Amino acid sequence: MRLELKGITKRFPGVVANDRVDLVVESGEVHGLLGENGAGKSTLMNILYGLYGADEGEILVDGQRLELEDPGDAIDAGIGMVHQHFMLVPVFTVAENIVLGVEHTQRLGKLDRERASAEVAALAERSGLPVDPDAKVEDLPVGIQQRVEILKALYRDARLLILDEPTAVLTPQEADDLFEAIRAFTDEGRSVIFISHKLREHRAIADRISVLRRGRIVGTADPRTTSEQELANLMVGRPVELSVQRPPATPGPAVLQVRGLRVEDALGAPVVEDVDLTINAAEIVAVAGVEGNGQTPLVRAVTGLQAIADGEVTIAGRPVNGATRKEVLRDGTGHVPEDRSSDGLVADFSVAENLILNLWDAEPFARKGTLQFAAINDHARELVSAYDIRTPSVATTAGSLSGGNQQKVVVAREFDRPIDLLVASQPTRGVDVGSIEYIHTQLVAKRDEGTAVLLVSSELDEVLALADRVAVMFHGRLVGPFDTPISKEAVGRMMAGADPEEVLGTAPGGQP
Amino acid sequence: MSQTVTAPAAQRRRERRFGVFSLLVLAVMLGVFATSARGEQATFVLNDARGQLFELPNLVVDVVPAVLVLSAIVAVIAYRQFTTGFGSKAVLLVGVVALLFVLAFLTWAAAEGQLSVVGLLRGSLARATPIALGALAGVVCERAGVINIAIEGQFLAGAFTAAVVSSLASDPWIGLFGGIGAGVLVAFMLAGLTIQFKADQIVVGVVLIVFATGVTSFLNTQVLSGNPQLNSPTRFTAIAVPVLSEIPLIGPVFFRQSVMVFGMLIAVATLHYALFQTRWGLRLRSVGEHPKAADTVGINVLATRYKAVLLGGVFAGIGGAWWTLDAVGQFSREMTGGRGFIALAAMLVGRYSPVGAFGAALIFGFADQIATSLQLLRVPVPSDLLLTAPFLVTILVVAGLMGRLRPPAANGKPYTKE
Repeated sequence: MRLELKGITKRFPGVVANDRVDLVVESGEVHGLLGENGAGKSTLMNILYGLYGADEGEILVDGQRLELEDPGDAIDAGIGMVHQHFMLVPVFTVAENIVLGVEHTQRLGKLDRERASAEVAALAERSGLPVDPDAKVEDLPVGIQQRVEILKALYRDARLLILDEPTAVLTPQEADDLFEAIRAFTDEGRSVIFISHKLREHRAIADRISVLRRGRIVGTADPRTTSEQELANLMVGRPVELSVQRPPATPGPAVLQVRGLRVEDALGAPVVEDVDLTINAAEIVAVAGVEGNGQTPLVRAVTGLQAIADGEVTIAGRPVNGATRKEVLRDGTGHVPEDRSSDGLVADFSVAENLILNLWDAEPFARKGTLQFAAINDHARELVSAYDIRTPSVATTAGSLSGGNQQKVVVAREFDRPIDLLVASQPTRGVDVGSIEYIHTQLVAKRDEGTAVLLVSSELDEVLALADRVAVMFHGRLVGPFDTPISKEAVGRMMAGADPEEVLGTAPGGQP
Repeated sequence: MSQTVTAPAAQRRRERRFGVFSLLVLAVMLGVFATSARGEQATFVLNDARGQLFELPNLVVDVVPAVLVLSAIVAVIAYRQFTTGFGSKAVLLVGVVALLFVLAFLTWAAAEGQLSVVGLLRGSLARATPIALGALAGVVCERAGVINIAIEGQFLAGAFTAAVVSSLASDPWIGLFGGIGAGVLVAFMLAGLTIQFKADQIVVGVVLIVFATGVTSFLNTQVLSGNPQLNSPTRFTAIAVPVLSEIPLIGPVFFRQSVMVFGMLIAVATLHYALFQTRWGLRLRSVGEHPKAADTVGINVLATRYKAVLLGGVFAGIGGAWWTLDAVGQFSREMTGGRGFIALAAMLVGRYSPVGAFGAALIFGFADQIATSLQLLRVPVPSDLLLTAPFLVTILVVAGLMGRLRPPAANGKPYTKE
């Protein structure tokens, strides 16, 4: 199916989210849509799917003008969408989710479940996306759930499939499976709009790439002839450093010392076991690992958020065992939590308020139990300009900012005071290229000030780009840290549980 | 990692708690029922006064030996609860213990007297009727994602209106429609305020209860007390199903009831089927679980919720009409006495399923009926205390069984398109 968008404009109060967007998606094409967070990709797709109405412009499908009142119209026109947050009912079965809204019934309105299961099984088989039609969706891993979403669109005979950040929740292997499914789909003459801010993926799957910046299409590129650097520059609107400039570390005395740490979950099972780790002043130690191997409880124990079952943790000589969370943070620890929306920010508070969450009762922001808004706002304006936070004002609620800018608020708050230890957990998750570059630069700058940095990341590229030493977590235990440079392949194998001696051919280096 | 290893430990702790419950029950059985009976023999009457195919003998038991036998079974269950446990049947065994306790209690209460088993069971089913209907109202609303705590208000409005309309029309069927209308009207206010204007569903529910209580009490004092002809509704009479109603024990309990009881049973079965087997039910549940998902496949979320709440109003209106058209035959101030909240509890204990809610309603109906039956037996328990039985049972059941309840995911959350 050939899709044409002409002059689509959408205004929200105070913002033009889409500004005269023209876009053509040819039959059988994978069209990449690249842009930073907040560039207007999702808005454009929601218009195309009938969730928003456009203020101006028209949508043509195979030359026919399309009027979209609601998603039902888009589905009828052959448009399917896989949302970033899955639109699946967790307690329903796969088949129930897929037929929802277009159910076949027998007498008395009875659902024809057998027919639904059979049709879904056949469709799954045909499209190379195997799935058990009678499994409950909540019991399925995320990658399979996404498959169900795609099948849902195929069941409605979608001829254009919109994939909104489909790889954000996938492991690399699952992403490869997805790319294969996309290829099979377009081989039938169907089209795909692929949204992502990961340059590498666009180059891997897209036939053509349109770059959206601040609501406008700023260019269309051929992935075969365009480099990642050129795409990044186009997307951000200025030359971007894709690699981090990092002088060698000059480590100082030990700051974080972890000895024999054991952390247990709510049921008393160990989630971190026997972990020893020392991080010195002015060095970045990265903890790599597939998520769920104990990184989260490790970080929570180090920052005083979770009880230490056994072992001891000290920061610049001060024990964390027995200290309150407030004491740990006030005494000189910065913490960028892995989930900014639940742990990093209060979405309904203003940017200014969020910027003093760690110093809410300290001078000069509070005096005699009263918040000093003049000081708070001045402080916020300073940080907003120093950390390049793109916000209409410091009174804007943090939740209304784009992901990258939300993360910059957290980073500004945690970085902008003298600290001994900085704990940064997944600091660039869901953040666009421009912001990633910025946050990486800030991390290195913090290190060069003399701060010890504990970086936890599941992005191997990030680990290797920033770390002075790399440790790997697997099943609650830590191996390393190892001196860098270290090969990506070696770290990858240790993330899967391989023995370090075998991988590196020698005894673990780095730590004496 | 080895997280699952500890799950059986939690299960064991839970079973030991159940064991403590069994021991408490055992203590009461041995300490009170076995020692303080007023007579040696208890008589359970199994016959109904009306026509039967054949007569059953009365069941006469010796109080102390019977209580001791029941106690012994409880003791064995308690022992097992503390040692090996019952695994997946743990909750079922708590129910068995409760049943044994009730049997011992009835034996003790009926000592030196006669207890009509038919009357007790028949009354339990009748009293379960409004509770089950109210619970259905809750189920259909909450499955669609709207919390309806205003069932008590819908009951009162339904009871009042049904009384007045039936009095005027001299026809209980027209009265029933009046009751339905009133239930739907309250539901309409709930729907409008919570679905359209996104008001907090709990707050609106409370307001509607207060509103309905106030309005019916006011009209009762100002209008009905001066015009008794407006408050003398024609009632439904009991219907006897031919032949079936003459089966001993079963007949009078299930087949000689008012039309409202039959209606309730049909409503429970129909709603259960509709919710879980039909397209309508699938869509309604999708709206309560993940409204945005429903929206993106073209289901109108707000309209679905509106209809569900109004349908709930129909059930609750019928439930309210039960008081004036079936049980009592006259409206009095706050006559529903908190049964709307018990209906809410029945819905929760029944885990948002119509059949489950009906089962819970039976328990509460039984507790309700037992309080009345025992007053007639002149049991040495203060009658005020007996009348709290339904509420005590509610607390016990809700506290004991609510552990792993999983409400619809979007329950109580207004839906807004971005």
